[in-house]
Amino acid sequence: MENMTFDLAATPLRELNQFLHQKHDVAKVTVLNPDGAHNIAVGLDSPVEVEVHGHAGYYAAGMNKTAAVTIFGSAGTGVGENMMSGKVVVKGFASNGAGASAHGGLLVIEGNAGLRCGISLKGGDIVVGGSVGSFSAFMAQAGRMVICGDAGDALGDSLYEAVLYVRGHIKSLGADAQIETMSEADFATVADLLAQAGLAHDPKEFKRIASRRELYHWNADANQEY
Amino acid sequence: MENKTIPIKAISREESAGYDRKTLDYIRNASAHGLYEIRGMGAKRKVANFDDLVFLGASLSRYPLEGYREKCETKTLLGTRFAKKPIELAIPITIAGMSFGSLSAHVKEALGRAATEMGTSTTTGDGGMTQEERLSSKTLVYQCLPSRYGFNPDDVRRADAIEVVIGQGAKPGGGGMLLGQKVSERVAGMRTLPEGIDQRSACRHPDWTGPDDLTIKIQELRELTDWEKPIYVKVGATRTFNDVKLAVHAGADVIVVDGMQGGTAATQTCFIEHIGIPTLAAVRQAVDALEDLNMKGTVQLIVSGGIRTGPDVAKALAMGADAVAIGQGVLVALGCNSETYIQNGEHLSAEDDYAALGTAPGFCHHCHTGKCPVGITTQDILLEQRLQPEVGAKRLRNYLKTLNMELTTIARACGKQNVHHLEREDLVALTVEAAAMARLPLAGTSWIPGVTGY
Repeated sequence: MENMTFDLAATPLRELNQFLHQKHDVAKVTVLNPDGAHNIAVGLDSPVEVEVHGHAGYYAAGMNKTAAVTIFGSAGTGVGENMMSGKVVVKGFASNGAGASAHGGLLVIEGNAGLRCGISLKGGDIVVGGSVGSFSAFMAQAGRMVICGDAGDALGDSLYEAVLYVRGHIKSLGADAQIETMSEADFATVADLLAQAGLAHDPKEFKRIASRRELYHWNADANQEY
Repeated sequence: MENKTIPIKAISREESAGYDRKTLDYIRNASAHGLYEIRGMGAKRKVANFDDLVFLGASLSRYPLEGYREKCETKTLLGTRFAKKPIELAIPITIAGMSFGSLSAHVKEALGRAATEMGTSTTTGDGGMTQEERLSSKTLVYQCLPSRYGFNPDDVRRADAIEVVIGQGAKPGGGGMLLGQKVSERVAGMRTLPEGIDQRSACRHPDWTGPDDLTIKIQELRELTDWEKPIYVKVGATRTFNDVKLAVHAGADVIVVDGMQGGTAATQTCFIEHIGIPTLAAVRQAVDALEDLNMKGTVQLIVSGGIRTGPDVAKALAMGADAVAIGQGVLVALGCNSETYIQNGEHLSAEDDYAALGTAPGFCHHCHTGKCPVGITTQDILLEQRLQPEVGAKRLRNYLKTLNMELTTIARACGKQNVHHLEREDLVALTVEAAAMARLPLAGTSWIPGVTGY
């Protein structure tokens, strides 16, 4: 079978997720009337394409592996949280904690993202077409974030090895985060991620933010910022 | 002859209660280092505990079972509320969550082997699931912690139950800690961190805040596992009555309550000793919450934090717990704080290594240094050889066996054919504090402080 459609106005979410978890030969699954339901298409583990037509609630495409999930609407808290691979696209806005702790894959949010976007990021890539809220990339460990709009307060607080690229205004940087010079490799990275996300911006307009690495070790003599 | 005055050389030793030697040490350390003390193990201060309770054995008004002959059931079911595949254990004594990173891979393997032989479960920790542990442990509980280090949907699917960790008895409100000397290449790789950094874990989950969010998070884990696996929620004991109610409301199958005596591999001493309430007080609050919601028996309760002996297990069960979890006791069984470690059947002295850490067997809490003299809380490739998995597994099996025998002995003495039939009515308290916290009568009286009269 090529395509399959689940209308969540008529079918329980459980049936959709159960179907997506089992072995099947459907290439594309369309979800209608999601109506903000939580946990749509969580835990996918096959290269299926899922289209959600409407708004999704919490944890849409959570812990995704290899699947490509597109939400033609906005997404609630924790979209693509802990994703391992694959691609998750939100055509609208995303709420708090988008891509939290993502280990891999690409999360694209075409609109704005709320608080704590990319918190605890562990290797995934996140591209936000709009702006991100405060505390984004908090304790982000690995991976990359491209923010085409502005960033709120305390961007990149307690960063580890993740790298952030911001095009707009940064309200404030968090503890241990600093703005660094863009290298040729950084321009190439931003260009590549923008291309994957289908967003047209000039990489030259982005700033690089990374960790000062001063909080990596206890040091009583340093005036630690927390 | 001249008269000589003899000088009086009496030295005053009047110690200040407020500024005793412990406090002087604390101030000197603080002024020397400018950093709080970090250590392992749990609260060392004396708090009311299960030792302050005794059982009312059977006599003329109750009928005992033959202690050595009659059957006494210990089977324990966990996760019967929503999970399609509840956990069935042979004994109500489980191994508490301890991370690979804080413990060596050898220790994790020993825990898995012993638990499997005894028909009980082990639990991962803040650092992901190791292959050694999954292979050796038949029933493995996978923790979902604020840090999400190494958290992986494949491991969620490989686990037998999921435990969402809100807090830990040693440090309710705080995140874990693993100092650089233990962040080896393998540990760093599993946690996606640079090797050798002083790792300080998050204290809040990254993708939910508050009980309403937790409800949805639990549903996510259920959807992801197709509603098969039990979901535990672990809280450090503080406002336990409210926390347990909220966890039940959020949809937990099993609630783990960890009291202040619960151990840690590395935490600030001020946290260990000054935050959280004793296990004895917490277990009563937890059971009250379940009874208040009419959820006793539907949602299971696991109690941890300072469970050391068979009587501790029996008392926790009589208070209303369905099972206990043990961490520190398990490590002691493996040789923690022992003078010696065992190599090829021989006991070798570890005293010099304790001395090098500035401590001695019986007093050691230096898990945070990674230089465990008996090779338990270490990532050092030489030190970890001091604990061979098969030796550790045998000692731990013996320990669990002993606890279980003591548990059934007590249950039979109270006339119970099933350890889960032990009840509060079987217990009385020896101290006013314990009576007040556990809300049990002081022995020989009907007085429950705060409930009956003063």
